[in-house]
Amino acid sequence: MTLPAYNFAYLDEQTKRMIRRAILKGIAIPGYQVPFASREMPMPYGWGTGGVQVTAAILGPDDVLKVIDQGADDTTNAVSIRAFFAKTANVATTTKTAEATIIQTRHRIPEERLQAHQTIVFQVPIPEPLRFLEPRETETRVMHGLEEYGLVHVKLYEDIAQHGHIATTYAYPVKVEGRYVMDPSPIPKFDNPKLDRSPALQLFGAGREKRIYALPPFTQVTSLDFEDHPFTVQTFSRPCALCNATGVYMDEVVTDDRGGRMFVCSDTDHCETRQLHGHTGPGLPQLGEHASTEQETTR
Amino acid sequence: MTDPILSVRGLQKRYGAFIGCTDVSFDVWPGEVVAIVGESGSGKTTLLNCISGRLERSAGEIRYRMRDGRFPDLGDLSEAERRFLMRTDWGFVHQNPADGLRMRVSAGANVGERLMAVGERHYGDIRRTAGDWLSRVEIAAERIDDQPIAFSGGMRQRLQIARNLVTHPRLIFMDEPTGGLDVSVQARVLDLLRGLVTDLSLAVVIVTHDLAVARLLSQRMIVMKGGHIVEAGLTDRVLDDPRHAYTQLLVASIPES
Repeated sequence: MTLPAYNFAYLDEQTKRMIRRAILKGIAIPGYQVPFASREMPMPYGWGTGGVQVTAAILGPDDVLKVIDQGADDTTNAVSIRAFFAKTANVATTTKTAEATIIQTRHRIPEERLQAHQTIVFQVPIPEPLRFLEPRETETRVMHGLEEYGLVHVKLYEDIAQHGHIATTYAYPVKVEGRYVMDPSPIPKFDNPKLDRSPALQLFGAGREKRIYALPPFTQVTSLDFEDHPFTVQTFSRPCALCNATGVYMDEVVTDDRGGRMFVCSDTDHCETRQLHGHTGPGLPQLGEHASTEQETTR
Repeated sequence: MTDPILSVRGLQKRYGAFIGCTDVSFDVWPGEVVAIVGESGSGKTTLLNCISGRLERSAGEIRYRMRDGRFPDLGDLSEAERRFLMRTDWGFVHQNPADGLRMRVSAGANVGERLMAVGERHYGDIRRTAGDWLSRVEIAAERIDDQPIAFSGGMRQRLQIARNLVTHPRLIFMDEPTGGLDVSVQARVLDLLRGLVTDLSLAVVIVTHDLAVARLLSQRMIVMKGGHIVEAGLTDRVLDDPRHAYTQLLVASIPES
């Protein structure tokens, strides 16, 4: 008798049912953190154990999986998780955003607008947006329950008082359907507007903290701000050095030890697709050329 | 001034078999300062924590006059209502300012926190209001972005007072507000408190073991011993003509100046 070494997509069916129940509850209460019995996964905490469990629970044999890490398809985390599911579930994988039905991500949302048939799974390190303001879990649960969110604005107030503007640039707190304040995971605030009314289902998994939460399609997601200091996203004054794209989130790449650097799309698929279509950027900077181009502007 | 703002009847708090306070009844009227005095362990802080909703009582009634005129028992309010009351209509000044302040958040944000908690979303307005309150408690405007950790004890206590008063509460609870301060700083804080209490016509329940503080601030006082009220009355009457043996002892223990 030959038994398979593991079940389809690694997790056993009982565990997947448990996780699916948590996901369904999360979808029913957008932005609410549902506790779930997180399992040990064959990777360390902090490497996406929550996201992997969510993906494993929703993955079917016909799905096409894309995994990105900081926007890139070719980094260690992305490659290993993609290989993990190719091996344990034998599903098709892709690096093309448009072709994927499930996208597991760490720290980014693809530049290409997601579609209704797609699901994006976020890896979340710390799901509690109030954690650094209020250390007690009992207290933060009461605060969520009673909608006591003044403390989040205390943090934003401190930012303005110290830096003259809201200096939070990632994991920027959002309010879901006017009710729950939610941590969007450590995506740059540049991606926050993409969360709002997205046609794709958005799922969030935190393995170490044992929480799952969700945004059903077309959920209203508002970034918190002050009336006189409205929410703005990062802007970049130069286009991508490789594909000449503007209005995208960029990575700074140091090219030599004399201050040479260039800014390129953080979304590798977006960049490669554009290059394929004949777009080219200014390319490598000249030696010693200083090109610190990121700057904050008020829209 | 006919209806009391706070009414306590037959209040009891037990810690197992041990009695924290028992059979406590009194009223507080709007704009009035009531001092609760007694030695350490007499149950005065237990009493304060019970009536301010920070501690579960064992028996008795605590009624509070809401802004809409209702007079419910605090136990009948939902937790949401009680917590809303605590950050809008009430204030609580702790003996140790570190308990009542966020020490790693700037003074301005400390004062502004309650405003943001009730939905104020305009940074400029919050900052202006915070600045006003800092000047009212005699903290220099340029310290608005400093953290309380960098403040002296007296400044911290004044900041805590400002933080509590910013939402214009009607009832303030104070637990030994001048307890940890040296004498000259005490005098300044007391002076400030007396001014604010009169200006804003606040109702205050203040716990202190210092009879001088009670005399300076309060109109009425309650003397506690072993968890019971042994004497209650107008402050001047209690201090000048104490009737209960324990009160006489207490008054006699003030060094003659």
